[in-house]
Amino acid sequence: MIELWNALPVVIQILLKILAILLPLLAMVAYYTLAERKVIGYIQVRIGPNRVGWRGSLQPIADAVKLMMKEIVIPTKADKGLFLMAPMITIAPAMAAWAVFPFDEGLVLADINAGLLYLLALTSLGVYGIIIAGWASNSKYALLGAMRSAAQIVAYEIAMGFALVGVLVAAGSLNLGAIVAAQEGHLLTWFWLPLLPLFGVYLIAGIAETNRAPFDVAEGESEIVAGFHVEYSGMAFAVFFLAEYANMILISALSALLFMGGWLSPLPASWIGDHRLLSDGFHWLLLKTFFFMFVFLWLRATFPRYRYDQIMRLGWKVFIPITIVWILVVALAVLYELPPWWSV
Amino acid sequence: MGFEKFLFYVFAAITLYSSGMVITRRNPVHAVLYLVLAFISSAALWILLEAEFLGIVLVLVYVGAVMVLFLFVVMMLDIEIDALRAGFIRYLPLGAVIAVVLALEIFLVVGPGHFGLQHFPKPPPVGSEFSNTEALGLLLYTVYVYPFEIAAVILLVAIIAAIRLTLRHRPVSKYLDPAAQVRVKKGPDRIRIVQMPTEGVAGPTASAGAGAKQESTE
Repeated sequence: MIELWNALPVVIQILLKILAILLPLLAMVAYYTLAERKVIGYIQVRIGPNRVGWRGSLQPIADAVKLMMKEIVIPTKADKGLFLMAPMITIAPAMAAWAVFPFDEGLVLADINAGLLYLLALTSLGVYGIIIAGWASNSKYALLGAMRSAAQIVAYEIAMGFALVGVLVAAGSLNLGAIVAAQEGHLLTWFWLPLLPLFGVYLIAGIAETNRAPFDVAEGESEIVAGFHVEYSGMAFAVFFLAEYANMILISALSALLFMGGWLSPLPASWIGDHRLLSDGFHWLLLKTFFFMFVFLWLRATFPRYRYDQIMRLGWKVFIPITIVWILVVALAVLYELPPWWSV
Repeated sequence: MGFEKFLFYVFAAITLYSSGMVITRRNPVHAVLYLVLAFISSAALWILLEAEFLGIVLVLVYVGAVMVLFLFVVMMLDIEIDALRAGFIRYLPLGAVIAVVLALEIFLVVGPGHFGLQHFPKPPPVGSEFSNTEALGLLLYTVYVYPFEIAAVILLVAIIAAIRLTLRHRPVSKYLDPAAQVRVKKGPDRIRIVQMPTEGVAGPTASAGAGAKQESTE
C-alpha cells in the first residue's frame, strides 16, 4: 500500500491529500448547518428540522439540492464579473487556510515555518469577498453591510493578530506543530491558562471576524435585510454560506490548536499508560474543535446583537490594550522562565 | 528547476498585466482590485525567492489591511471619471517628463550594468530548516535596532498627527458616548428606589368588611 502511494507522482499525491482534507471539511460544513438549526432549536425549545431523513439528517442535502436548482439573479447595473467572483473570493481563503493546519503530530499538508503568519494573512483576505459583493450588487443595503463588515474586520483583525503574537511569544515558534509541542504536558500546561486574556480576546475576535452573532451587523437582518449578500440567490448565496461555516470551523480548530493543546491529551502521561483512546491523538483535536463549534452556536442563541459603535469600542478600546499588556506579561514570564509553562 | 522558472514567468506575467490594468482601468474600484492582484502575485514572487516572511507579510499588511481601507474609501467616493480625465493633454508634457526621469532612475539602479550574477553572486541554497523570520528578526533587533526604532517612532508620530488632524468635535452631532453608556449603573442612573412608608390599617379592613358584607348577601 505504501509502495503504491510512493509510486504516484508528487502532484497526484498532493491532490489526493487536498481532497482528503477538503471532502471531510465540506461534509462537516454541511452538517454544521444542520447542527446549528438543531442546537438553536433545542435551546429555544423547538425541535428543529425533522422531516427529511431520519430526524432531519438529510436536511443539508435537501438544502443543497434546492439551492442548486434556484436561479442566480443578477441585479440590473450590477458589476457582473465581480458579482459572480465575490463568493469565490470569500470561500478560497477559507479553504486554503487548511493547507498548514496540522491534524496530528507530523500530519500536515505543508509544514511551513511561518504557518501562523500564513493563517493570519489568509484569514485577512476573506473580507474582500464581502466588500466586493457589497459593492458589485449595486444595492444600498449590500453596500451598507459591506461597509460595516470591512470596518469590523479591520478592527478585530488587529486584536486577533496581537493575541496570536502572544501565542508565538509563548511557544517561540510560528510553526503550528511546534506551538502544539510547546504545550506538551496536561490540561494545565496548555496555553489557555497563562494566556487566558488572549484566549478570550482571540475567541471573541474570531466570532467578530466570521461575522457571527452577536457581531453579525454585516448581515443585520432587522436593519439592512441581509447585508452584503442581500442580492445573492441560489448557489452564489450558498457559497457565501459555506465560506462562513468553513471559517467558523477554522477558528474553532485554531482555538483548539493554539490554546487548548491541539491533539494533546488533557491527562498527564503518567496517568494514561498504554490506553490508546486516552493518549494523544486526532480524536482529542476533533473533540476540542466540536466544543468550540458548539460555543459559536451557543453564543448565537444567547446574546442579542451588539450595537455598531459598541462593537468598535470593544475592538479598539478594550481588546487591543488588553492584548498589548498581556503580550508584555507573557514576554516577561518567558524571559524569567515562569514555572510550570516555561521552566526548561 | 524548470517548474520554478515556469512559476516565476506565470507570476511575473500576472504582476505586469495587473500593474498595467491599475493605471488603465476607467473604474477606480477595478483599478484597486488589480493593485491587490499585483501585490499578491509579487508576494508569490518573493516566496519563490525563499523570502517567505516578506511575502506573507506583504499579503497580511498591504492586501489584508491597507488595500481594504483603500477599497473602502474608493467605493465611498463618488468619482466623476470624465472630470478626472479632462486635463489629460494639458498635463501630458509634465507627466511624460516625470515618467522619463523615473524610468531613467530605475535604469541607473537596476540596469544591466549593475545587476546580474557577476555583481551579486548566487546565494548558497539554504535548507528548509532555515527560518527566514528568525534571520530577519535577529538582524532587525541587533544590527539595525536604531533605524528600526526610529522608523517606529516616526510612524507613531504620523499616527498621532493624523488622528489629531481629523479629530473634530461637532457640537450639533448627536453622538452617543459608548463608554459613558457602559458606565451606567442600575443604581442611581437608571432607576431610583424610593423608601415608602407602609399604608395604614384603615384601608384594608374597610375593604375586607365590604367583601364580607357582599359575601353575606350572596
